[in-house]
Amino acid sequence: MAKHKTPLLDQLESGPWPSFVSDIKQEADARAKNEKGLDYQIPVDCPEDLLGVLEMSYTDGETHWKHGGIVGVFGYGGGVIGRYCDQPQMFPGVAHFHTVRVAQPNGKWYNTELLRNLVKIWELRGSGLTNMHGATGDIVFLGTTTPQLEEIFWELTHDLEIDLGGSGSNLRTPATCLGMSRCEYACYDTQELCYNLTQEYQDELHRPAFPYKFKFKFDGCPNGCVAAIARSDLSFIGTWKDEIKIDQEAVAAYVGGEIAPNAGAHAGRDWGAFDIQKEVVDLCPSQCISYDGKLTIDNKECVRCMHCINTMPRALKVGDERGCSILCGAKAPILDGPQMGSLLVPFMEVNKEDDYQSIKDLIENIWDWWMEEGKNRERIGETMKRLGMSALIDAAGVPVDARQVQEPRHNPYIFWKAEDVEGGWDRDINDFRKRHQR
Amino acid sequence: MAFISSGYDPAKPMEGRISDIGPRHFGEYLPPVIKENFGKWDYHEIIEPGILLHVAQSGDKTYTVRAGTARLMSVTHIREICDIADKFSGGYVRFTTRNNLEFQVETEEAAKELKAYLNDQKFPGGAHKFPVGGTGAGVTNIVHTQGWVHCHTPATDASGTVKATMDVVFDDFTDMKLPAPVRISMACCLNMCGAVHCSDIAILGIHRKPPLIDHKFLDNLCEIPLAVAACPTGAVRPSKVELDGETYKTVAIKQERCMFCGNCYTMCPSLPLSDGEGDGIAIMVGGKISNRITKPAFSKVVVPFVPNEPPRWPTLTKTIKKILDTYAQDANKYERLGDWATRIGWERFFEKCDLPFSEHLIDDFRDPAYYTWRQTTQFKW
Ligand code: HEM
Ligand code: HEM
Ligand code: HEM
Ligand code: SF4
Ligand code: SF4
Ligand code: SF4
Ligand code: SF4
Repeated sequence: MAKHKTPLLDQLESGPWPSFVSDIKQEADARAKNEKGLDYQIPVDCPEDLLGVLEMSYTDGETHWKHGGIVGVFGYGGGVIGRYCDQPQMFPGVAHFHTVRVAQPNGKWYNTELLRNLVKIWELRGSGLTNMHGATGDIVFLGTTTPQLEEIFWELTHDLEIDLGGSGSNLRTPATCLGMSRCEYACYDTQELCYNLTQEYQDELHRPAFPYKFKFKFDGCPNGCVAAIARSDLSFIGTWKDEIKIDQEAVAAYVGGEIAPNAGAHAGRDWGAFDIQKEVVDLCPSQCISYDGKLTIDNKECVRCMHCINTMPRALKVGDERGCSILCGAKAPILDGPQMGSLLVPFMEVNKEDDYQSIKDLIENIWDWWMEEGKNRERIGETMKRLGMSALIDAAGVPVDARQVQEPRHNPYIFWKAEDVEGGWDRDINDFRKRHQR
Repeated sequence: MAFISSGYDPAKPMEGRISDIGPRHFGEYLPPVIKENFGKWDYHEIIEPGILLHVAQSGDKTYTVRAGTARLMSVTHIREICDIADKFSGGYVRFTTRNNLEFQVETEEAAKELKAYLNDQKFPGGAHKFPVGGTGAGVTNIVHTQGWVHCHTPATDASGTVKATMDVVFDDFTDMKLPAPVRISMACCLNMCGAVHCSDIAILGIHRKPPLIDHKFLDNLCEIPLAVAACPTGAVRPSKVELDGETYKTVAIKQERCMFCGNCYTMCPSLPLSDGEGDGIAIMVGGKISNRITKPAFSKVVVPFVPNEPPRWPTLTKTIKKILDTYAQDANKYERLGDWATRIGWERFFEKCDLPFSEHLIDDFRDPAYYTWRQTTQFKW
């Protein structure tokens, strides 16, 4: 028997797309029945109260969650987000309803043993409701009470050897595309680099020391499956320097219609026969492909947009001299408007042999600069805007390169430094007056 | 309820404490065929909507079945996923960036069998549990944020708007008939946890009323300088008010300067701005992440406001459907939504999608605004 009437939410149970309302109800039922005889450590009826408070929001069009208070586990500044309901008398089950972020396996591969162990903890000590996964990438456990936090952390670390993720002004849980595990386009091992840096920077992840949040995201190629370029302060995007590899026989098979273009992505509609001139040659943004029965690419002019490779994955392969481009400063609109990552390092080797030292050196240079110069709650993209790309390039210790700009500057207000000018800036007014009367 | 101890002793918090160990290594969770061919994949194909084939250099093959989910899921639901993985895919399962599920199986027959099985699983209300699709030139799952389910700043609900939208575009999830992939994203406030600022179609919760000021409590709950500093437009300043004969230290807000970002509320709980009539949704379109053909691009606001209409947000979903259908009809193969709009011209986009253009769509926020005005006489009537 439902505890609260939810006529509005009930309407979200119909329609084909999976219904979170039906799922919460199913969890509410399971907890009420309690077939396993669990001694639930937070209110049994919290899923019902969550539906109740949500229905109330549906009725009056306003959220009923209070501003998060400071909660967490001992020694960590992140990983738990405090949450309290603003109608605790009506919905006591969710009066205290904190979120716990849990570090996900990179690439989000799981076996059922791990998943079952995770949900076992959350069934007993939390609401039984989760987000798989939060937008940042971690597993998000929705809703528990303060006394359970240390217990959850203990069980995660001792029984499952898994840590909390990041929240607050610190390094957020890094996230990656599935890369080499199942993608032929991956130009470097995104998952391994993500894992390595996550481990290396555990301190930065759990103890806020930055002006504001900082995100790493890893895309294996310019297709950008985890959107690194748009939502990470530092994006690592796979790329290559040498030539796209061409299998002319396979090209002929695409032209002959034996292989569907774009791996079959357009199969739902009749677009007519594949036209290599129209669909590949003419669409190449740098016009560096030609086809006369044989496909030729002027690789020096290629901007590695991936279009030709995506269209004919069996005929074209990314080059062999692989690494990543590193971009800095992406963020969502608050405060200064949205920012895309800006290219800082056009090409960096991704070298596991030396434990990715050159990448770590770069990261630490950037952090040192931002921690020194960044204002409170200023994303690094905003610091860059305020102090200039050149200041970042200088701090990062990377060479200046025409590739870092779309085009050169429009104004000649150049901040020359004294050392840039012959004779420096120190001059003698008396000497000047010898040549110019007052 | 009896408290069950995990072994943690609050009197000695450091005893036996383990910290800073990070995630488990992903290598432990790779299905055997994935592990063996790691970094040695040759090519892939989409066999039919929701089923991918990956072929390794060794000739090994693996079939992936992809299914959508509501991102908010219960432990009972996760156990159902585990049961399916145990039964069909050797106990392995993967989540995608856009909250889809993926199961690896060995043969095409097994993939089709699993697809049928997943499509058969329904909630009592009739909704699918694991609808198969989300591949190729179609709509895939919507990445989204918390909404009224769990956040303190939302201007709309996330799970509900996503459910309502996906119900309306469901055909495009299970088929691949669009000119190019369409990525829909949802964020319930300008913070954009979901980073919707680079999506083909974005649903964004916005506020339209300046914060209320809880004068009597503000100084107790907030650091006034932090609230003042938080405002990107300098609308907040320290102030004093006289209430019931007492003087309170508080803030004043220059309302005409407020852009309703909620940043002050983030710093100060005594400045709430949610409001039943004030809050609603902006629709943005034309963003992309990928470097394919054209550069990554920001989404642009094309509908400044639609009201919150829970539970099904009909105006929102009708508008999205209209944009999607117009694009599907008009765009060239491989052309992303934003590239189509750029090609035909945004004035034409509004015309074709039947959307009114209003002064709210002309940017007036700082420098970036300038780059969106037209500096040419090349335009269309
Ligand atoms: C007290 C204030 C805030 C709270 C409680 C908060 C909460 C959250 C939560 C819960 C998530 C994860 C969302 C999810 O996985 O669904 C998140 C992610 C995110 N937040 Fe916030 N947030 C706050 C302030 C901000 C601000 C001020 C910004 C922008 C400057 C921001 C930008 C983002 C972004 C861009 C993401 C995730 C993007 C990604 O990595 O996918 N948040 N935040
Ligand atoms: C010694 C310094 C400068 C001299 C002698 C100078 C001279 C001129 C002259 C002669 C013109 C064209 C007017 C005409 O043809 O009669 C002009 C136009 C202009 N100048 Fe300068 N200028 C100087 C510095 C600057 C500076 C520092 C700026 C920027 C702040 C500037 C911005 C402009 C602009 C925007 C125009 C109008 C151009 C147009 O609308 O086409 N000038 N200047
Ligand atoms: C930092 C800014 C500027 C400085 C330091 C500057 C300096 C000078 C100097 C030293 C002269 C020569 C005066 C003389 O012949 O005795 C001059 C002339 C002139 N400036 Fe500028 N100027 C500046 C900006 C501008 C701008 C922005 C404009 C136009 C938009 C401008 C237009 C002119 C013109 C037209 C003359 C020639 C006047 C004439 O002899 O007919 N100046 N400026
Ligand atoms: S970003 Fe590139 S390498 Fe990574 S999964 Fe996507 S297509 Fe593959
Ligand atoms: S990757 Fe892009 S730029 Fe390079 S040849 Fe192919 S289509 Fe042209
Ligand atoms: S987008 Fe805004 S309202 Fe939504 S979860 Fe993020 S911070 Fe909360
Ligand atoms: S909502 Fe934003 S713009 Fe308005 S007063 Fe608060 S911080 Fe300033």
